[in-house]
Amino acid sequence: MSKPTASRPLSPFMIGPYYRPQLTSMLSITHRATGVALSLGTLLLAGWLMALAAGPQTFDAYAVHVGAWYGQLLLIGWSWALLYHLCNGIRHLFWDAGYGLEIKTAYASGYAVVALSALLTAACWGLAYAL
Amino acid sequence: MSLRSPLGRARGLGSAKDGVHHFWVQRLSALALIPLSLWLVFSLAQLSGSGFGPVAWWVSAPPVAVTLVLFIAAAFYHSSLGLQVVIEDYVASEGRKLALLVLVKFSHLLLATGAIFAVLKVALT
Repeated sequence: MSKPTASRPLSPFMIGPYYRPQLTSMLSITHRATGVALSLGTLLLAGWLMALAAGPQTFDAYAVHVGAWYGQLLLIGWSWALLYHLCNGIRHLFWDAGYGLEIKTAYASGYAVVALSALLTAACWGLAYAL
Repeated sequence: MSLRSPLGRARGLGSAKDGVHHFWVQRLSALALIPLSLWLVFSLAQLSGSGFGPVAWWVSAPPVAVTLVLFIAAAFYHSSLGLQVVIEDYVASEGRKLALLVLVKFSHLLLATGAIFAVLKVALT
């Protein structure tokens, strides 16, 4: 077996000089970006649960950072990333099943994802601060 | 001895039969995470600002503990599958790709186990 000799690019980055950004391609890369961000965010969730298991002292020390402005900012970002990835993920599942692939429908569902993820994030934080 | 070329033989065999496994489990875990994530986000919103006592009490309720464990399992599985694709797409060097994949898989397993153990510890003590 011969090894591939040419160092071929994997998934060439097309947006920019070769390809004009549109809503669909921007939502697509945002899906991947939020996915990577959520992988790191889940780390913080695991840390929160481990702090809880460690006892009140560790939990309180963790909670100080969660309650601080940077913690709240990070949490707002995490909740939006999760809700966006969730909404757009449902869009992807419909595509995988063969539905909604027409350009018009793909744009409509794209706008719906942007609106719905913002709405859900607002609802989530409305609930958090109302209680 | 066959006179068929290696390419011809490979074509006849088709894929290695597990070609869609990654695709399928990625979608399956995604489907599971739809209700689990919505439940988690809105539960955490309701818990916001709560101290150790209320949070520990919430986690120790059996339905909550079980759902949390399910979320952790599905989320870390989905995350490791997703990061794997990102690494395979963007890291061209075989050595670095392999090292990163091993790191991602092991760290996900470690963190998922740690998080699940934490939930069980709170729930069972």
